[in-house]
Amino acid sequence: MRNKTFKTVGWIFIALMLAFVYLPIIILIIFSFAPTSKAIGNWANITWSADLYAELMQNEGILEAIKNTFILALTSSTLATIIGTVGAVGIHKLKRRPKAIVNGMSQITVVNAEIVTGAAFMLFFTLFPRELEGFPALIIAHTIITMPYVLLSVMPRLTQLNPNLYEAGLDLGAGPLRTLVTVILPQLIPGMIAGFGLAFTLSLDDYVISKFINGDVQTISTMIYSATKKGIPAVWRAVSSLIFVVILVMLIIMNMAKRKKEDK
Amino acid sequence: MKKLSFKQKYFAFPYAFLCVVFVVVPLLIMLYFAFTDFEGAFTMNNFMYFFTESDTQNVLWRSIGIAAIATVICLLLAYPLAYFLANSHFNKYAVLVVLFVTPMWINSLLRTYAIRTLFEMIGLERGTLAVIIGLVYDFFPFMLLPIYTTLSNMDKSYLEASYDLGGGPLKSFTRVTLPLSVPGIVSGVLMVFMPAVSTIGITEMLGNKDVYLFGNLINDYLGEFYTWNIGAAYSFIMLILIAASMLITNLFGKEESSVGGAL
Repeated sequence: MRNKTFKTVGWIFIALMLAFVYLPIIILIIFSFAPTSKAIGNWANITWSADLYAELMQNEGILEAIKNTFILALTSSTLATIIGTVGAVGIHKLKRRPKAIVNGMSQITVVNAEIVTGAAFMLFFTLFPRELEGFPALIIAHTIITMPYVLLSVMPRLTQLNPNLYEAGLDLGAGPLRTLVTVILPQLIPGMIAGFGLAFTLSLDDYVISKFINGDVQTISTMIYSATKKGIPAVWRAVSSLIFVVILVMLIIMNMAKRKKEDK
Repeated sequence: MKKLSFKQKYFAFPYAFLCVVFVVVPLLIMLYFAFTDFEGAFTMNNFMYFFTESDTQNVLWRSIGIAAIATVICLLLAYPLAYFLANSHFNKYAVLVVLFVTPMWINSLLRTYAIRTLFEMIGLERGTLAVIIGLVYDFFPFMLLPIYTTLSNMDKSYLEASYDLGGGPLKSFTRVTLPLSVPGIVSGVLMVFMPAVSTIGITEMLGNKDVYLFGNLINDYLGEFYTWNIGAAYSFIMLILIAASMLITNLFGKEESSVGGAL
């Protein structure tokens, strides 16, 4: 009896929390089909249509921002994955003290408030020619803030690695570099993928740091942030809905693929 | 082997170099700005503004207060949820956890925009309440995940031992489960409080002029080039606040985990 109550209470609580998490998203998707200025009023009076999506397809500013966002995220997370992985391989072999120092520096941007990191980047880039603002500064900043996450994802795999693997590679006649690339690197790939995914999402998410150094390059995040002051145009409901759906579908596919792999 | 590891550690160099140039140096430059005036001469005035103007201090206290309220609400919602999800009745539905942490992968401004649309629909005015709900909505998964992880990794034999020794469900929870989950609570609290106390987007999207927080203040000072120095000084104060909250929770976490280790 007690167990049954526990179960019922549990399901009710879980359902309520799921509603809390997903209701706003569902409402937004519903209203993305209502080209009204505000999401209020009598639902019977709303004419439902895909007008906002049509408007989005013609809005060059937003399309440009979507393109910029993905170019930036892809470039910076690729760079972060390379630098972070190479760094992890090296840091793994450092002695205790230098290791602690590098790890400490690496953690600064992770724990620091974004606004402080943004302030530091902004003041730093004022020392350089203005041309650096925009893509160059954005790529540098996003690579720097995301590479610690690659390090954090790759490091555990390095420490779990069987140390005999190196020696086996060397014994079989491969040089040190070749051993690293052909024997060690493949072992790190799951960590690299996880790190890349984290870096990519963090890059998509950022506006606090980007808005200080973006010059006249707009991303989805900086664009919606600067729109908050003037009032966000209804077309953003379509943009957000598309992004929500794409990410939800991607995550479901990724999870199903993972489940399948584990079943095997 | 020796020769290899000798070479391999040089791989750390590019990473360390980038950290120095793009993390440490910018912070030092920020520090330089914080201690100089508009002309570049040394001054403490930027910090003095903070200590002499009670308005500015109030902004900081309000930020800490609102972030603390949001953190407590997150904890009160996330703990029972994590407890249910980690329980054997529910943990066979792995998809539930995925559903709850999925929003972490979605752009936080867009999620804030979504809850704003909901507020518009139900007629909740912009202001303190809207900001607090927005903070809870945005950062809730960051509280849930660490607590869920510690609860589901907990060794169930402690609980069995407690029941065997005559502890009832309530006593077993307060004396065994709760203390063992403290590390998860500590990291959850940090992961919610720190972004909440420095937020700018959530207040601008959901707040009105009554919810002007420390992040917004820094942001506004940095927006005008003749107040950069004050903005840098206030950023530095924020940095100290974050370091302090890390230290406090670290001490707290260590003490508790040593108790757990003694178990």
